[in-house]
Amino acid sequence: MLIAILLGFIFSLFLVITGKFFKGKFSILAAGVPLALFIYFTQFISRISNGEVITQFHSWIPAFGVNLGFTLDGLSLLFSLMITGIGFLVFVYTSAYLKGHKYLDRFYGYLSMFMAAMLGLVLSDNLISLFVFWELTSITSFFLIGFNNTSRESRKSALIALAITGIGGLSLLVGALFLGSITGTYSIAEMLTMNPEIASNPYYILIVLLIFGAAFTKSAQFPFHFWLPGAMKAPTPVSTYLHSATMVKAGIYLLMRLTPVLGDHEFWNTTLIIVGAVTMVYSAIHTLFRTDLKGVLAYSTISALGILVFLIGQGTVEALTAAAVFVIVHALYKATLFLVTGIIDHQTGTRDTTVLRGLRKVLLPVAIAGFLAALSSAGIPPTIGFIGKELTYESTFHFGNMAILLMGLIVITKILLLYAGFVAGIKPFTGVLPERFENTKMPSFLMWLPPVLLALGCIVFGIFPGLIEGSLVKPMVSSMGLDGKEIHLKLFHGFNIILLLSVITIAAGTVLYFMIEPTKKRENWVAKFEKISPQTVITNSWTNFIKFSNGWTNLFQNGYLRNYVSTIMIFLIALTGYSLFSKANFAVDFNSFSPITVYEAATSVVMLIAIGYTVFTRSRLAAVASMGIIGYAICILFVIYSAPDLAMTQFSIDTLTVILFVLVLYKLPKYLKLSDYKMRIRDGILSLAFGTIITLLILEVLAEPKSSEVSDYYAANAYILAHGKNVVNVILVDFRGSDTMIEISVLAIAAIGVFALLKLRLKKSDQR
Amino acid sequence: MKTIILRTASTYLLPVLLLFSIFILLRGHYSPGGGFVGGLIASIAFVLHSFARGLDNTKELLRIHPGFLMPVGLALAFLAGVTPVLFFDLPFMTGLWYPEHLPVLGSLGTALFFDLGVYLVVVGVTLTIIFTISESA
Repeated sequence: MLIAILLGFIFSLFLVITGKFFKGKFSILAAGVPLALFIYFTQFISRISNGEVITQFHSWIPAFGVNLGFTLDGLSLLFSLMITGIGFLVFVYTSAYLKGHKYLDRFYGYLSMFMAAMLGLVLSDNLISLFVFWELTSITSFFLIGFNNTSRESRKSALIALAITGIGGLSLLVGALFLGSITGTYSIAEMLTMNPEIASNPYYILIVLLIFGAAFTKSAQFPFHFWLPGAMKAPTPVSTYLHSATMVKAGIYLLMRLTPVLGDHEFWNTTLIIVGAVTMVYSAIHTLFRTDLKGVLAYSTISALGILVFLIGQGTVEALTAAAVFVIVHALYKATLFLVTGIIDHQTGTRDTTVLRGLRKVLLPVAIAGFLAALSSAGIPPTIGFIGKELTYESTFHFGNMAILLMGLIVITKILLLYAGFVAGIKPFTGVLPERFENTKMPSFLMWLPPVLLALGCIVFGIFPGLIEGSLVKPMVSSMGLDGKEIHLKLFHGFNIILLLSVITIAAGTVLYFMIEPTKKRENWVAKFEKISPQTVITNSWTNFIKFSNGWTNLFQNGYLRNYVSTIMIFLIALTGYSLFSKANFAVDFNSFSPITVYEAATSVVMLIAIGYTVFTRSRLAAVASMGIIGYAICILFVIYSAPDLAMTQFSIDTLTVILFVLVLYKLPKYLKLSDYKMRIRDGILSLAFGTIITLLILEVLAEPKSSEVSDYYAANAYILAHGKNVVNVILVDFRGSDTMIEISVLAIAAIGVFALLKLRLKKSDQR
Repeated sequence: MKTIILRTASTYLLPVLLLFSIFILLRGHYSPGGGFVGGLIASIAFVLHSFARGLDNTKELLRIHPGFLMPVGLALAFLAGVTPVLFFDLPFMTGLWYPEHLPVLGSLGTALFFDLGVYLVVVGVTLTIIFTISESA
């Protein structure tokens, strides 16, 4: 399973060298990757439907309990199939949609990295590795939204999406750490049995809020929803794949996955129902005011995500079954509608609903796909959308308190979503074909076949719900910790109040569709409320935050190195001094010190002379040279106290530092302006105080009883475990090798920084 | 600083110092030394050469920009760390050792490659910083 997840990453690396090949005629071959994965995952359907759960385990950082544990159960199987199946269609579609694009290889690279990250997310059993994949999806989404990187708007939308989902990611990490410390494990499978303990923990509310923070930002719930309409700047295949079918459902996935761990608690249920309800109604109303097809679809996607959160909040078997079915329903019809929109945009050059008419005459197969998807979106039988809607109504109807209010909200949402589906899937194809679109050509079959296939899925699964009942829906519900045996999906439920409500929904929605035409006027009217929208509020507070941090940074980092040094020293003196004098007792036993030898005394004298010379000399070069002498004297002390490794390193570092100083000083003007008396006295006092504090600190540390457990361990095990006799080096390359790894990365970053800073300035002066 | 003595000496000092730096790198596991110090010594060798012979000559000698050593070294260190994960299903950074003793090198393990990575990164970083600064001076 690890290879299956990594395949996308490997393929994108492979693209670095074979990009040319996949950019040209053979771009369709890239679709082989998701297809292979799709076939791989379909093999598991029968095993999963028999109630089996397939797990795989690779240790990663066992010391922290972070492992690559993968679980394939009903929930992850459905998502994996969606990711790879829709992924395959999107890959095929892209090969025609972006045919001949300069960066098609790059696009495939991002897309397959995203696919891999998303698979990792839904298959991870370990919360920390789930977090890593979660962030990877945010990052790849950033690159895909900003794919048209020459457009300012795209870049801005990409940044907003990254910021919002990134904050959510951090919230997930903190939540995961809390859960880990309460339960003592990061494995979700092991947490399943601990629901009562977690729910009674005093931090329960905080944990739930953190997890909600992650899920609501990722799945675009109110008031974090606004990044999603912005993300529509991405090429349509991306909108289809990431921002409707898969990535935005990651939040839904997280909520479903953690339902057995955190759910069944009043706070969990109520919050989800309220947030879901607000989101679904708010954004469903928004669809009335959009004229851009992708805008309509974006808001209807947010609304659908709201419905899912609303259903998860109810938490009953009926509700979760409805959610499971609705995930499938929504993926099928919304992906179709997005792909259809992409074709319209690609062939006619516009997505404006106010001008698009009668395209059925030129794009018949696309029109059929759009029509079927709109039916499924509206919940008209015999599509699977109808089953999804019936289940949603039924579970809400049976949900004890406030059922009438909730029922009203969901019916309104469904009516508006029907309108949105019709506007996107039917409106562009009906009516009289305007002259300007008469020459519209049919796109390549690679483009129209994917939406047609998906649309057929809407119908086939609707007529034969048995196809998904046992294989996908039941295992999915049971992996959410509930008994799914009683579930039975069927198209016709008998004449009852639910059916009546369905009829009302369809009738009211259709009437609405014929009464209200999307117009620019209404879009402009709603734009007036932009000032109080969550987007404005959040982006404004964001701008103010940046202003504040700019001011704060300028206060402390004013570009004068001497001020930095003084600030650091003052704070260190104040803080260390405070705790030193309030806690330490300064019981220094001078008798325990070894007697001073001639070598030590001589070295110290050299050092003192060098210090005096550094302070009082009038030449910069001389000051640097005598600083070097101080450094060498310290090295000699290291040698005397038998720390040869340290001495060697310090010798080389000191040599290089002096060279560096000389190189920099060479650039400075010849005559140096010396600071005046007052400043010198101030600096002198500061450095004396600093030196005193550090000396006192070291004396105090020596007086404390020391624990040598760690160094003893290293000394005892260096040869046994790491085959080395030099303990210092063994610590560096083996025991704490990860630290060294990070340190050398930091070094490299610093070098790149120096290089960039200096070279950039050189170029500017060249221009002048 | 282009005295004839330094110039003549630098021709011989460079290979000797480089050899010494590799010696320091290899002995690191048993006695004082290691990749970090070794890298610093190697950079000092090149810096000395550049002082005696001029920066352009040193650059010509190096052929590639020293900055390229950084990604190479990082990749090597990372590979040394990730090899146990990929091929032996052990945690990241587990030391793997070749069972036989080899002539000259002694026992060979992933730690040596890791240290070699550190060595290359240090040489790359130091030379990039010093060369860039002295070029813009």
